[in-house]
Amino acid sequence: MRKFCTGNHAAGYVLAAAGEANRNARGCVAGGYPITPQTEIMEFLRGFRFTKGRVQAVESEHSAMAMCIGGSISGARTFTASSSNGLMYMAENVFMAGYCRLPVVLAAVNRTIGPPWNIWVDQGDTLALRDTAWLHFYCESHQEVADTILLAFRVAEDSRILLPAIVAFDGFIISHTSAPVDLPEQADVDRYLPPCHVPHRLDHDRPQMLGAMVTPEDTAAHRLELHEAMERVPAVLEQARDEFREVFGRQPDGAISGYRLEDAETVLVASNSIASTVRGVVDKRRRDGERVGMLKIKLFRPFPRHLIRQALKGAKRVGVIDRNVSLGSGGIFWLEICGALFNTPDLILQDYLTGLGGGDVTPEAVENILEDLLARRKSGEPCWKVKAYERMF
Amino acid sequence: MKTEVNQTCCCDALAPGRRVLRAGNTNCPGCGMSLALHWLGRALPDQPMTLCIPAGCAVVTAGAYPTTAYGVPAVATTFASAAAVAAGIRIVENLNNDPGLTFCFAGDGATYDIGTACISAAAERDEDIIYICYDNEIYGNTGGQRSSATPQNAVTTTTPSGKRRIKKDMMKIIIAHHVPYAATLSLAHTDDFVRKVRQAASVRGFRFLLIHSPCPTGWKSDPEESVELDRLAVSTGLFPLYEVFEGRRFRINVKPDFTPPGEYFSRQGRFPKVIADPELASRHIREEWDHLERMAATFPAD
Repeated sequence: MRKFCTGNHAAGYVLAAAGEANRNARGCVAGGYPITPQTEIMEFLRGFRFTKGRVQAVESEHSAMAMCIGGSISGARTFTASSSNGLMYMAENVFMAGYCRLPVVLAAVNRTIGPPWNIWVDQGDTLALRDTAWLHFYCESHQEVADTILLAFRVAEDSRILLPAIVAFDGFIISHTSAPVDLPEQADVDRYLPPCHVPHRLDHDRPQMLGAMVTPEDTAAHRLELHEAMERVPAVLEQARDEFREVFGRQPDGAISGYRLEDAETVLVASNSIASTVRGVVDKRRRDGERVGMLKIKLFRPFPRHLIRQALKGAKRVGVIDRNVSLGSGGIFWLEICGALFNTPDLILQDYLTGLGGGDVTPEAVENILEDLLARRKSGEPCWKVKAYERMF
Repeated sequence: MKTEVNQTCCCDALAPGRRVLRAGNTNCPGCGMSLALHWLGRALPDQPMTLCIPAGCAVVTAGAYPTTAYGVPAVATTFASAAAVAAGIRIVENLNNDPGLTFCFAGDGATYDIGTACISAAAERDEDIIYICYDNEIYGNTGGQRSSATPQNAVTTTTPSGKRRIKKDMMKIIIAHHVPYAATLSLAHTDDFVRKVRQAASVRGFRFLLIHSPCPTGWKSDPEESVELDRLAVSTGLFPLYEVFEGRRFRINVKPDFTPPGEYFSRQGRFPKVIADPELASRHIREEWDHLERMAATFPAD
């Protein structure tokens, strides 16, 4: 079904369709709480008439995730949405869902954490939750949001994985703009998503305690199990993409995707909607005969280290565009890529912090970054592209 | 006003029950929470039940993975989330017509303090759960710090010269939500205890049971005196036994003889003689009972 809709509408539609698809199993449940720019997703879900499901408007994000946790350990398909400070307030239960291996899917609309208050896009909110044992997907477009939510359910609920998943996208740039989206038919979603099965759900015939105390030894073993489940994700994701094509006739991007990378000497790494802007700049420079390419990172947890190392094998210069910062260190995608590209001394690897707090990342800004990168003879400290700071002095 | 003195025999309650909390648990001797779980199992021997337990002694008592002292499925929730987790469980169980009851089983720290917003919201939404608070008037699990349930003048590790303010009245807060059923329970009045648990189990929606639960470790009392202390808490009038239907209709279950509260204080190390103020406590008791009796007389349950 082709529809002209906002990113939030697409996310709400697909979350609801996924919940509805579990009607012949244990149904679905969601706890929801509004926060700009995510609010419309919850509104959409509250308005949806589920055959077997309930979306409850609760009093906080903390309880929204708690309700998903309760629903999931009772065997239902569970999902919610949030942003920014909402995600921070939810954080304790985000950990619980990950550590208890409950396959909740969370549509996260990236927004700057305050105070000072700012509703515009910044990836710092979801990236602050990077160590919570959740899968992280970062989406470029409206279509990618819709498709990735389905992929996320498929991978999260897979018996080899059983981990919750965050599907993140840009506040306003995607959430509040409209674009044509191919929204899936319910019958196809039913075909694509098998009934949700949580093997450790509550069982009155076999009483167990979920989340009981553990020794240091058992804790370490538990973390290793989680890590091993993470490591199985890339292969399971590939399978989920193949099956997606069989059902829907198109294949969404995978963990990473290269754009004109084949012979590229200079590569810009981007995520979320910035990837679209970089794509345009790459085309322009290619027309000028420059060997420029882009690497889009969609899967952030687990971090596809080996795939990235492989994809950047031929590159001489790599510039990472980060709309986020780990203060006192650097851009978070850059930090991860440093880890992926360790022991590559000849490579120039440079971080560019730009668009923080929702500043526009225009094609001109990307070209500036490219000029800077081309002029570099060696890697340097993260480079802040901040106009307001210069104005301050 | 109608009051009922304990007259009914509790032989029904003495029928073999299920063991909600089994042997091997780590509770201290004389723990009121152990007794509460014992009587919960006696009251409801058959129905499937799930316990949502926020951080506190009731999590620790289960012991370490892979064992558990609980005889029913239990979830160790985050501290402030028990009511929302329980609501999520029950919503799905109701969607699937699963029989049974979903409980929160929480201390006063989780109930009076950190989880209050979550409880208030679950009560306002009339979630189909039974919230039990075992109120020992202290953060027992972290070694005895004040909570807002700690009574006036009680010494805790964070109120070394006695708590200045009076105990929060959680019942009034819950009643203000007009929930189907709210009641106070004493471990010294077990027939009343069992009847109230069954009453809660017989209705749907948000139900709240507040259990006065001695903590010999925190109260610096003799473990063998726990039940006696609970009896004194009721007879002094400090802990009124009553129930409220739909937040509007009141019934007082035990009319105290107003034993002087000094008797109750003197048996607990948390009320040192130099700090305890039985006169002041008596005044508060009279004022609170005046209010409760007026409510029960004006808005009787029967």
